[in-house]
Amino acid sequence: MRSLACLTLVVAFWLGAVLAPGQGARADDFAGLARGQFEAIAGGVATLAASGDPQAESVLHALEQRRLFFTPSGGLFIRQGEVYRDARTGQPVSPVPDMIAPVRLNNRVRKALVAAWAERDLSSPLVAKRLGAAEALYHRPDPAMLPAIGRVLSGEKDRAVRSALVRARAATILEQAPAPDQVAARLEAVASLRAAGGLEARGILASVAASASEDAGVRAAARAAVSRIDWTLRVWGVLQNAFYGLSYGSVLLLAATGLAITFGVMGVINMAHGEMMMIGAYVTWMVQQGIRMTVPGLEPIALLIAIPVSFVVCAAFGVLIERGLIRFLYGRPLETLLATWGLSLILQQAVRSVFGPTNIAVETPSWLSGSFALGGMEITLNRLGILVFAFLVLGGLMLVLRRTALGLEMRAVTQNRRMAALMGIRTPRVDAMAFGLGAGLAGLAGVAVSQIDNVSPNLGQSYIIDSFMVVVFGGVGNLWGTLAAAMALGMGGKVLEPTIGAVSAKIAILVLVILYIQRHPRGMFPVRGRGIES
Amino acid sequence: MSAFSATMGRPFSGAARTAIVVVAVAVAVALASLLPEGNPLHVSAFVVSLSGKYLAYAMLALAVDLVWGFAGILTLGHAAFFALGGYAMGMYLMREIGARGVYGNANLPDFMIFLSWNRLPWYWWGSDHWAWALLLVFAVPGLLAGLFGWLAFRSRVSGVYLSIITQALTYALMLAFFQNGLGFGGNNGLTDFKDILGADLHAASTRAMLLVVTAVALAGALLAARFVVGGRFGHLLIAVRDAESRTRFLGYRPEQVKLLVWVFSAMIAGLGGALYVTQVGIINPGEFAPANSIESVIWVAVGGRGTLSGAVLGAVLVNFGKTLFTAWLPAFWLYGLGLLFVVTTLFLPNGLMGLRRPVRALPAAEVTPEVSNVEGGEA
Repeated sequence: MRSLACLTLVVAFWLGAVLAPGQGARADDFAGLARGQFEAIAGGVATLAASGDPQAESVLHALEQRRLFFTPSGGLFIRQGEVYRDARTGQPVSPVPDMIAPVRLNNRVRKALVAAWAERDLSSPLVAKRLGAAEALYHRPDPAMLPAIGRVLSGEKDRAVRSALVRARAATILEQAPAPDQVAARLEAVASLRAAGGLEARGILASVAASASEDAGVRAAARAAVSRIDWTLRVWGVLQNAFYGLSYGSVLLLAATGLAITFGVMGVINMAHGEMMMIGAYVTWMVQQGIRMTVPGLEPIALLIAIPVSFVVCAAFGVLIERGLIRFLYGRPLETLLATWGLSLILQQAVRSVFGPTNIAVETPSWLSGSFALGGMEITLNRLGILVFAFLVLGGLMLVLRRTALGLEMRAVTQNRRMAALMGIRTPRVDAMAFGLGAGLAGLAGVAVSQIDNVSPNLGQSYIIDSFMVVVFGGVGNLWGTLAAAMALGMGGKVLEPTIGAVSAKIAILVLVILYIQRHPRGMFPVRGRGIES
Repeated sequence: MSAFSATMGRPFSGAARTAIVVVAVAVAVALASLLPEGNPLHVSAFVVSLSGKYLAYAMLALAVDLVWGFAGILTLGHAAFFALGGYAMGMYLMREIGARGVYGNANLPDFMIFLSWNRLPWYWWGSDHWAWALLLVFAVPGLLAGLFGWLAFRSRVSGVYLSIITQALTYALMLAFFQNGLGFGGNNGLTDFKDILGADLHAASTRAMLLVVTAVALAGALLAARFVVGGRFGHLLIAVRDAESRTRFLGYRPEQVKLLVWVFSAMIAGLGGALYVTQVGIINPGEFAPANSIESVIWVAVGGRGTLSGAVLGAVLVNFGKTLFTAWLPAFWLYGLGLLFVVTTLFLPNGLMGLRRPVRALPAAEVTPEVSNVEGGEA
């Protein structure tokens, strides 16, 4: 009963305050806020902001955060935790005044707050503050701020702030109701928004173009500007897709180089290559866990440590597979394909038994997460990182192939195994090393993939067919073929994707590769020379 | 380099015997399933459809063996032809449901109503006639194989390249059939069948009949395959397999020989798929999975490539093993299958059939890869 009585009293007083503004209130710069009507509060915000009172800023912040309270008698209080302070003096008050109620917020009041902050920040000596204020005015145009914008613009030196202010002014002008004497100003505003571009400018311009009360010339200009912005957005969209394509292409490149090397040297397709990638990803996870438990300080660079570890572990696996299985199947490339497929089943099931069938969470270090905007594109750091990594790996591999004795021997065996053997190259050793190198590269691909994809025992399966496509498309002649094929398949898929859908794009790519192979049975860059073909 | 001499002895004498055994066993199982429940010789409906499934798989294995064992084409995509035959049969069975579907529409299968389609796509026309369905079972895999083979063999795509693109073919088809818009039921595929030729698919007598039909079809395929690989064409086939260049230099057209056997093999696979669907009661895009195709290759490898009976034996044995394993030790099936691949390729190059007759020892360790890649007389 008592609470009900209190509530009735509060409502009665609130009604009194609304119906009889200023009754018993003190008439100072703060008075406007101690009211129940939104219009009055918005006015109060502007008055207080213009007053230059030292308490003004904290009061307005409190209002923004719903910590500002008022009493019907014109008292204004800021709540801090459990304590109420008088807004005018900053002194704590106790006991808490009767009939206290929060000052309410709506969009109108918020707009007044934005204007108040903008007014203050626009005259700030800091560029960042002025830029923030200009951006805020662009997003929430307020006609009352037009003179202030003009004033600041005339003296502004910084280019970014200037262009933000121009945009804000254009948005503000277009926000106002059209008037015959405003046509020139509105046309200019349309032109500046057209130059600014972006989805928000497009929204404003589209509503101008659709407005019935607008001047026909302005409407036409706005329509033209909208189509221009649409075109620009489309171009950025294509570039964004191209980036995704490059990113996927770089993953394919990492996955396929190892495959291409073993295929080139030994004429063997390693069906367990995908499982080597999967093992690389699991090794990454184990390295991360191990470092967390032993040396937590190194955690940020755990991923970098995982790179050589994965390479070595997978390369060791590769040599083991070659020595224990592949070498018994020389001269029977098709049987090798079956044997390595069997091996891939065993490896998958083994990993499933040890680590469980579900996804494991490989962490992305903070320096590799997040994204940045490049023009109208969003570049995610992990994908950019993989792109760079793929090219570093490719470069390193080229050095190995061109500048080391092993590389020379591998190239010789690729070109003509028998001749190479006759020249004293120990081909079994080259085979083992090539297979190890290929598996190690798969391990590196696994490290990369663990940053963008789910890591589960099935990881290898999702990449293996695309990697095969890269190898047969590119040919085994040289790494440039692998690079070109990986990028072509990655980009091709992503470029087709927006028009025909992801799955259809994949099908289209597969069919195109199948048809291409008919024309060029040895890929884009076939090895030329004797002894290769039948 | 393969066991040319071994296959040339009396290579196919087993085929006719195998055909007779298959039919006899199938008839026995079918009759036993019709006995009353209490009879000690009674076999359950599960065993009947399982046997039917094995025999359908055996037809796929036979198809793989024809191209791999006799033409040297390692196909990693034969399940595509199997599944296409299955879909052709599935379309007919789907139309047989008629107005008994959930939505009760006599003309449209349920999934099309679910997608709010209001008429049949053109490629479903005529699928309610069994004769047209039977034609599709042979024609669709045959045409696809013809197109693919014509392109591939003409440009002399061979070896590992050919294997990889057959795999790409079945993978692309799998992705396509997963799409709802293609008009084959998307993810769920075609299922919920009721009748075949007016007979209830769930009746014991129909199941028994289907098993016998499958066995007869398998026997027929075996004999037809034996006819193809015996005689003159068979010699040509083996010549192409073991020395393609030399055969070409002698004036033959290896690509035509390969194309013929490739299309024939795809049709056998399609028929196998069609019979598979009638007994399993469902066909979905999972049948196109590349892993299925590779598995069918191992059946042939286990039984013995280049021996028609071996393919049948391998398919039945490996699938029987799979049934046992997945029932008792599901976690170990993949180990078993994986080991089967490794052990067979390492130690049983001629499969179980190879154990019966002396195999010419291959100097495998001395044969360097290119030398064996060079099809023809240099080896």
